Amino acid sequence: MQYLLLIYENEQNWVNAPAPDAGAMMTEYRTFTESIAKSGNYKSGNALQPTNTATTVRVRNGKRQTTDGPFAETREQLGGYYLVDAKDLDEAIGIAERIPGSRTGSIEVRPVMTT
Amino acid sequence: MIDAGEDVQQRIARIYREDSRRILATLIRLLGDFDLAEEAMQEAFAVAVESWRASSIPSNPRAWLISTGRHRSIDRTRRDARTIALSALAAPPASPEPPTIAALEEESGVEDDRLRLVFTCCHPALAQEAQVALTLRTVCGLTTEAIARAFLVPVATMAQRLVRATSKIRDAGIPYRVPSARELPERLDSVLAVVYLVFTEGYAATSGDEIVRHELCGEAIRLARLLVELTPAAAEANGLLALMLLHDARRATRLSPVGELMLLDEQDRSQWDAAQIAEGLARVDATLRAGRAGPYAIQAAVAALHAAAANAAETDWRQIAALYALLLARAPTAVVELNHAVAVAMVDGPQAGLLLVDAIAARGELRDYHLLHAAHADLLRRLERFDAALAAYETALGLATVEPERRFLERRISDVRTRCSATAPE
Repeated sequence: MQYLLLIYENEQNWVNAPAPDAGAMMTEYRTFTESIAKSGNYKSGNALQPTNTATTVRVRNGKRQTTDGPFAETREQLGGYYLVDAKDLDEAIGIAERIPGSRTGSIEVRPVMTT
Repeated sequence: MIDAGEDVQQRIARIYREDSRRILATLIRLLGDFDLAEEAMQEAFAVAVESWRASSIPSNPRAWLISTGRHRSIDRTRRDARTIALSALAAPPASPEPPTIAALEEESGVEDDRLRLVFTCCHPALAQEAQVALTLRTVCGLTTEAIARAFLVPVATMAQRLVRATSKIRDAGIPYRVPSARELPERLDSVLAVVYLVFTEGYAATSGDEIVRHELCGEAIRLARLLVELTPAAAEANGLLALMLLHDARRATRLSPVGELMLLDEQDRSQWDAAQIAEGLARVDATLRAGRAGPYAIQAAVAALHAAAANAAETDWRQIAALYALLLARAPTAVVELNHAVAVAMVDGPQAGLLLVDAIAARGELRDYHLLHAAHADLLRRLERFDAALAAYETALGLATVEPERRFLERRISDVRTRCSATAPE
């Protein structure tokens, strides 16, 4: 079986953390990633940019609606994901609007953090 | 082109006024970052003051400023990188160089850069209030303080809104480009919406800072001119420009000396800006001639009929009602429906209008819209149903927030009250 492990936390904790604390946390993540890589469990993983970089895409009546922010409605639950390469946000939005779920739900487009 | 008597300082001030937005737009493309570009431009102008005094004003000041700003910024990035990473690889900071051929060639893309800037600031992945703020700050060059004053929010809030917008552009990878032909209609809609929002914010007769508000109308008109100039195929941009010119031409007569809202039939038409009306009418004409008119062009056509009437009585309400019916078919909203009802009342009488207004009121969606109640009250007043009119005016007053409109409603209330007591003395 494969499992997706989703990390939920208050992103302000990262913003407000003093540099040494953030550094220690990063080291801990690196150690953890190495450990699951060594044990053969690791498939892939990424840190995401904070929610203020998010854009939500919906298609209603054949028309694309783009909004700033991660505004999934509370009656919508995470149902899947795609990790894609795109040259900019416009291309990513263009791909998002073609996902069938965009017509009934919403697709949150969030950049992956690059290191 | 150098005026005798204009010294270097004055010349630089003039270049800043006329060209700083173009320079900024190109620097954003070259440096790929709004904040870096703003810093680089400020630095380039500071360098120009020293350098042009010491030697002479270059033959192409704009290219010089772009090139200097770019080099300064690259040098600084290298210096910063060196301080942080102690990297020995960074090249030593270069001294300001004369404009290169490449820099001059970059100028050919300058008009495209201004358009890129407008479309990026109005990108639909940004919240609309952020689009408006960023457009005013970056494309129009208004200060953060002035924008904050115009929208009645604290300066710190506005500053934060701008920072958040520019960081989203950078971090989420919003591209700096003119949309493709396929995307253009949708993207242009969001640009026009921002321009019209800037205008209506300036035009709303609130008690806010008059000068800043006037400035907003002027900026909106300038922005629309830029869009018309840069995207000649976009008829709706021309329609919006016409609409704003025609509204703005009446600015001086919209308030009475005591700050009460004056309706169209009460305004002194001799005080309307005739030149601006003439331009607006010509643009409406051109837009309608171009074919299928969009919502802005249709509203501009309505404004044109008002502006062209020698007096209120000669207004062609029949055509206005027809235009609103057309608009209703294109953009069916309750507010347009209300405007249509008001026009119908002018053609077929208040009873006909009242039927339509009652139907809108029954649906409830405009329950909190003061102008629905004001229009309702006005029709009842004209039907001499003064008690019902009084109640409707009072509901409108309870919902109205803008001072001149409140004063207008208070005047109407006191008029109707005398009529109430005249028909039913107590």
